[in-house]
Amino acid sequence: MSLLTDLINLNLSDCTEKVIAEYIWIGGSGMDMRSKARTLNAPVDDPKKLPQWNYDGSSTGQAPGEDSEVILYFINSQSCQIDRFGIEQEYTLLQKDVKWPLGWPVGGYPGPQGPYYCGVGADKAFGRDIVDAHYKACLYAGVNISGINGEVMPGQWEFQVGPAVGISAGDELWIARYILERITEIAGVVLSFDPKPIPGDWNGAGAHTNYSTKSMREDGGYELIKKAIEKLGLRHKEHIAAYGEGNERRLTGRHETANIDTFLWGVANRGASIRVGRETEKNGKGYFEDRRPASNMDPYVVTSMVAETTILWKP
Amino acid sequence: MSSSSSSSCLLNDLINLKLSETSDKIIAEYIWIGGSGMDMRSKARSLPGKVNDPTQLPKWNYDGSSTNQAPGDDSEVILYPQVIFKDPFRRGNNILVMCDAYTPAGQPIPTNKRFNAAKIFTHPDVAAEEPWYGIEQEYTLLQKDTNWPLGWPIGGYPAPQGPYYCGVGADKSFGRDIVDAHYKACLYAGINISGVNGEVMPGQWEFQVGPCVGISSGDQVWVARYILERIAEIAGVVVSFDPKPVQGDWNGAGAHCNYSTKSMRNDGGLDVMKKAIEKLSLRHKEHIAAYGEGNERRLTGRHETADINKFSWGVANRGASVRIGRETEKAGKGYFEDRRPASNMDPYVVTSMIAETTILWKP
Repeated sequence: MSLLTDLINLNLSDCTEKVIAEYIWIGGSGMDMRSKARTLNAPVDDPKKLPQWNYDGSSTGQAPGEDSEVILYFINSQSCQIDRFGIEQEYTLLQKDVKWPLGWPVGGYPGPQGPYYCGVGADKAFGRDIVDAHYKACLYAGVNISGINGEVMPGQWEFQVGPAVGISAGDELWIARYILERITEIAGVVLSFDPKPIPGDWNGAGAHTNYSTKSMREDGGYELIKKAIEKLGLRHKEHIAAYGEGNERRLTGRHETANIDTFLWGVANRGASIRVGRETEKNGKGYFEDRRPASNMDPYVVTSMVAETTILWKP
Repeated sequence: MSSSSSSSCLLNDLINLKLSETSDKIIAEYIWIGGSGMDMRSKARSLPGKVNDPTQLPKWNYDGSSTNQAPGDDSEVILYPQVIFKDPFRRGNNILVMCDAYTPAGQPIPTNKRFNAAKIFTHPDVAAEEPWYGIEQEYTLLQKDTNWPLGWPIGGYPAPQGPYYCGVGADKSFGRDIVDAHYKACLYAGINISGVNGEVMPGQWEFQVGPCVGISSGDQVWVARYILERIAEIAGVVVSFDPKPVQGDWNGAGAHCNYSTKSMRNDGGLDVMKKAIEKLSLRHKEHIAAYGEGNERRLTGRHETADINKFSWGVANRGASVRIGRETEKAGKGYFEDRRPASNMDPYVVTSMIAETTILWKP
């Protein structure tokens, strides 16, 4: 099988100018990622120079069979310079045929939560090779991945993307998700973004969204942060509706979440809807963390909605 | 679906990506000790460029409510970077960072034993004596799902102790690949690992870290333990630091602490050593209380240990609490070995306590 690896790792630039471009898009469920590849005559730096392409939307639930072409436009990141996002993407790794978390005994459960958060050891950390491969692959790709850690539920992990400005937060998170799907595919493991993969005394998976605007990062910013949080409190139901399917199974008020029907904020409080860090409180400026989004949220929706409510919306 | 061997090759290629070819960024793995005092935790972050000096690393924080170190409504625990080592897993310019933990107000949290040790080691009387430490860390490798020692038959026992100490052969030496990988990984990281050997109980091994000066001993032993846990994780094997993993006629696991001060290493040192050992004997109970949980199962007076309730010392005596080597006796100077600490001792506590008792404490 090393012959196969040799071929996969062929260094094309030794013998041709041609490059392969993998075009990636989001499919009909809003969470399934799709991709296909094409050859280009030479390396391309600028997305404007990429050809538009199309795909069979009837196979992804996005177009009828008799009019199935969906056109792919490249993304041109003209981002707003003001808002900055950092997204903490949690996810669970599942064994392929049983869809039971990686490292869990089939037909049973591991020891209770406690030893697994940032843990090390064959009985505490399941799937680190996937996580480490993903970290380097994202950095190689130019994705602004800022860190990783093992999570409270065994088999669950987290990576963070950011700080990213404006729409690039959504772009980078989707690409990071795609790269993770490709790596778990190689490893023969299934990736789940379900917000509560296992009911009971097991943490769910979220996508906490850290946010700041230019004024929040400057002196006096803490007052603006409080005003922004107040506005978010007034639109709690609307945000929750857009923060991911199945979130009611996760936001119970236990397992480091706030109850889905309650809006609550606090400094260093992991049981709140919105958490402000101690450093931000001390400095009088900084950022805050919206802990409500589920792991299966759409970052385009969440980031733009947070910006819209806090900057544009008037109560 | 690709076959498992080509897929693990592809995964390895990604894990082994040489980032420095495409980016200045590095990955720093911050390591700390969790709420039990023995569980190690770590998480990683990206930094914009290479860092050599821990004072240039940013402080960080973690969720102390998930490690039994803070309540949920006030969960931030702050990490202060203390020492940098090269990362043998990510290689390149990537680093491991040994940290200790503080409240947001800047107070060391109760499980932070490094803070107090650092105070002792910076005391002028202690610093003047340049205390050296060599720690012999024993540990047992266990099979993952049964927690039975590696190489032992499930539901049974191997042949009695005898052939295993420094032994070689598939029926005597279990897990050497982990041990050898650990040795090179530690040397790569910059840890002063001075040797390894197979131990008397099959599946048990030892590595030594030292000589290290002062607080650096604790730092290096903790990071060496972390690297061992990571390697065993890769191998699908569990590391145990329990001082008596199997009851009965099987050796326990210790962390003998070899110690000397400047005066002990110079002419007339043997007398200084004897005075130091006398002071240790007067604080035997206090030391034992700090030398690791469960040590009473190990220090029985058999299996090369001294009974936990009795303090004894002797030249070349492996049944004593403190042993002086024949070479040291002959030269009239050198070092001695405190054989009491258990494998699950905290090196910050043990090293600083020995310095405190022998240098600062007055009977």
